[in-house]
Amino acid sequence: MKDISQQRGLTRRDLLSRGMAAGASFVVGAGFVASTDAAWALETKALRPETMATLIQMARDIYPHDHVGDEYYAIAVKGYDSAEAAETVEAGIAALNAAARGKGHADYLSTGWERDRVDILRGMEDSAFFQQVRGGLVTGLYNQKAVWPLFGYEGESYSKGGYIDRGFDDITWL
Amino acid sequence: MAAPFDLTDDSVIVVIGTGAGGGVLSNELAQRGVSVVALEAGGRYLPEDYVNDEWESFGQLAWLDPRTTSGDWRVARDFSGLPAWIVKAVGGTTTHWAGASLRFQDHEWKAASNYGPVQGASLLDWPIDGAEMAPWYDKAEKKLGVTQTNGMPALPGCNNYKVFEAGAKKLGYKDVHTGRMAINAQEYDGRMACQQTGFCFQGCKWGAKWSAAYTDIPRGEATGNLEVREKAHVARILHDDSGKVTGVEYFDADGNLQMQRARAVCVAGNSFESPRLLLNSASSMFPDGLANSSGQVGRNYMRHMTGSVYGVFEEPVRMWRGTTMAGIIQDEARHDPSRGFVGGYELETLALGLPFMAAFLDPGGWGREFTTALDAYENMAGMWIVGEDMPQETNRVTLNHAVKDQYGLPVANVHFDDHPNDIAMRNHAYERGAAVYDAVGATRTFPTPPYPSTHNLGTNRMSENPRDGVVNKWGQTHDIANLFVSDGSQFTTGAAENPTLTIVALAMRQADHIAGELSRGNL
Repeated sequence: MKDISQQRGLTRRDLLSRGMAAGASFVVGAGFVASTDAAWALETKALRPETMATLIQMARDIYPHDHVGDEYYAIAVKGYDSAEAAETVEAGIAALNAAARGKGHADYLSTGWERDRVDILRGMEDSAFFQQVRGGLVTGLYNQKAVWPLFGYEGESYSKGGYIDRGFDDITWL
Repeated sequence: MAAPFDLTDDSVIVVIGTGAGGGVLSNELAQRGVSVVALEAGGRYLPEDYVNDEWESFGQLAWLDPRTTSGDWRVARDFSGLPAWIVKAVGGTTTHWAGASLRFQDHEWKAASNYGPVQGASLLDWPIDGAEMAPWYDKAEKKLGVTQTNGMPALPGCNNYKVFEAGAKKLGYKDVHTGRMAINAQEYDGRMACQQTGFCFQGCKWGAKWSAAYTDIPRGEATGNLEVREKAHVARILHDDSGKVTGVEYFDADGNLQMQRARAVCVAGNSFESPRLLLNSASSMFPDGLANSSGQVGRNYMRHMTGSVYGVFEEPVRMWRGTTMAGIIQDEARHDPSRGFVGGYELETLALGLPFMAAFLDPGGWGREFTTALDAYENMAGMWIVGEDMPQETNRVTLNHAVKDQYGLPVANVHFDDHPNDIAMRNHAYERGAAVYDAVGATRTFPTPPYPSTHNLGTNRMSENPRDGVVNKWGQTHDIANLFVSDGSQFTTGAAENPTLTIVALAMRQADHIAGELSRGNL
């Protein structure tokens, strides 16, 4: 794979600035997407790395939770990095970038304001690709057990004896 | 030990389905010495098998065979292949139900008479009433161990209930309590007390909630008179030249077609599968399906007027801790047309875990309007609305010959349009539900649309006149004397109450009737 980072403004510096404006994931090089703080990295197999970075940003823009790190969004969409899905996803992200250009932006990932990216997404929300990504995120993101504590959700309780002695009626502010 | 019966044994009663209707009926018949073969499409799962995980449990228990949908209800758009959230397992949806066990109000048995004509609605009076059903409700409440009946204590209120109760009282609601629940507040009938675990919808791991899976079914089997065949999917009910039912064809666990002969057949597959089976059993003698001379099989599908209201507060609620359905406001359950609709509704607390909240809060929703709601998940309280919906002839289950299930059988298409009365009632309930939370300081409320239906009613309805429905007051089909319907599909109207207690009471009454008819030589 050729180094696309030089061609499309995907230098580390570009990505860092973009990461601050638009999220936190960026392409580190051929086949890799990583967080700006290097806390995690994802090696892509079938997708182009910038496609995966765009997909992660798209996932965040569909279900934005500012206290949820990009790694959870990356996990939620990593299933698309497969030989079977790649063609559809590449085409979908290409359409997303085309829609961004149609609204005067260079591409989706470099569109700085969330409201502008959401505007792009609104224009394609009836598309099969958008609905596939959105629908997949409902379980892909919110059914990650590691995400639950970020929302305060405690999950399984039977093994702990339920809440009979652990605060089922501990509300005090009423 | 469970009695094995021969396929050629034509003395047995075949019961199709083992939930609140079929499971109870099977046991009650077995207790009376009647030989029963119960055919259950699902497998057997017991408390040790249930999982405290919403999606994993859904995959374990839910009925996921293909179905199709049509109509203006939002479920047809958001969950087009999943019109119902019900269970495919021994014990049926009694594994999943929340446990709310409410009697019909007397006036609800005679909705047509008491509400008067409602344009577009096919309202009809039940051929039975509250006085007829009272002793059977007594028996059903004892069987299920319903709280606040028969001297049983109430469940304690969890956080979600406390928010709900405080708001209700501020609005002046009087009939507010932790419900009449088939969940043990103390040890009862060999089952332990509720441990406030949550996950009532995923099967109670303590067995504190009544389910036929671990009460009626094993007790029936212990008599030696009941054989439950799991993963047995009934394809067709057979009849002879005289029009009497003779047995059923079913696919066994290995996918092989079997034929079980029967003295009588009782259909209890819930309100999609029961009419589907009658329609799929069409023959040259009954070209429109069995028991369908009225043309009413599949019609008048009701799902209750439902919806939810969630409220967000400044401080944590942690609604998932404790009983899922933990309390009720009954003040709006009355019939009071001054509100702009006939019939009434109950408000009942409800909690969903984060995964299901994401799926059901606003299906299809996205962006910050949606995600800021979930950001406040810990500070959220929730309630479910359940009210009487209007029967309509055009709301119906039909066969979709273009879509086949894994056995090659046409699937059920479920068509539903809201009646204007349903919409008026839902809007009223959304306003009242939001007011409950606003009264205790909600910063935001959500009028959440109906989930895939758990209360599926009316598709083989009970009628005095054979022209108006499918079964008589015993659940016996008008057309075929040895064919019965034993589930919620026999409901003439839906009333405002969660239906399980009434399904159980009707099944107990029907068992008594069938056993009596057998001993009198009439069946």
